[in-house]
Amino acid sequence: MSELVQIHNLTKVYNKKKMALDHMNLVIPRGRIIGLLGPNGSGKTTLIKLISGLLVPTEGEVLINGNKPGAVTKAQISYLPERTYFQSNMKVKELIDYFADFYGDFSRERAKELLRNLNIDEQARLKTLSKGTKEKVQLIMVMSRNAQLFLLDEPIAGVDPAARDYILRTIITNYNSNATILISTHLISDIENILDEVIFIRDGRMILQDTVENIRGQKGKSVDAYFREVFVC
Amino acid sequence: MAWNLNSDRPIYAQILEVIQIRIIAGVYKPGEKIPSVRELAAEAGVNPNTMQKALTELERSRLVMSVRTSGRMVTEDMEMIRQTREHLAREQVQEFINRMKKLGFSRAEVLKLLEQEEGHE
Repeated sequence: MSELVQIHNLTKVYNKKKMALDHMNLVIPRGRIIGLLGPNGSGKTTLIKLISGLLVPTEGEVLINGNKPGAVTKAQISYLPERTYFQSNMKVKELIDYFADFYGDFSRERAKELLRNLNIDEQARLKTLSKGTKEKVQLIMVMSRNAQLFLLDEPIAGVDPAARDYILRTIITNYNSNATILISTHLISDIENILDEVIFIRDGRMILQDTVENIRGQKGKSVDAYFREVFVC
Repeated sequence: MAWNLNSDRPIYAQILEVIQIRIIAGVYKPGEKIPSVRELAAEAGVNPNTMQKALTELERSRLVMSVRTSGRMVTEDMEMIRQTREHLAREQVQEFINRMKKLGFSRAEVLKLLEQEEGHE
């Protein structure tokens, strides 16, 4: 079987002047939890949007299971955007129906169980929920699909540390071992232990792809500490 | 024994140590089943592949054995458990001596300190 995601020469230029991705080459294997790490404006969100098919490349290509982004790949990818897009007068329960309608691989049971464990009321309207709770709801929806690739753009930024731990444990126990989870974040130390690999990007280029254990073994420091060294300001 | 993973050593080496200590301390008893990779990974908050790697290493050293279709169990070889205990203790002592050397203590001074400390207990 081919690699899950193959990226060749991928380039994205905004408004003919801002180069967000600069001829990036990257292979994303199956069955891994991968951290996508880089400073602000390095191209993380652009890369995720290109893989999910929300943006069209200026140059180069993305292949998911050998296919260009489209209807087929959207059924295989579960994407968590950095901002919420749900209608605020929807109830949590309606959101479950909405997702079940949209995605054949959505598990109502899993969503309901996760909501229950985080004490989130299915009858609540989204606009009555706090920012952090809304983020939890959105993450639960995204993680309740049985997708091959999960793209999580800053999934835990607004969530308190205890819920963060719960969410990370949920990811560990629920993900299918053939699926890959790509997580972009600045909160490296919080998620470092659950990652197989990390990808460092800077100025739209990939500068490192390695396993967490290799980095720790070779550099004698955590990925968090190494990141601070590589991207020192 | 909690996981308390620190940041600068490979995670797999640290979780390996925690499981060894649990076996020595009898948290996981000889001949008993240990929790699954998923359960242990979730408990420690680490990647399942990393936990798998640590358990594979434990199997290689024969401290645990994989049992067909039902996971892994702790060895019943008490001699092996005793050796692991001794090995971990030696590592700790070595580390301690190295740190004392950095502080400029001679062997005799270290021994004297240890004896004094014993007197306090």
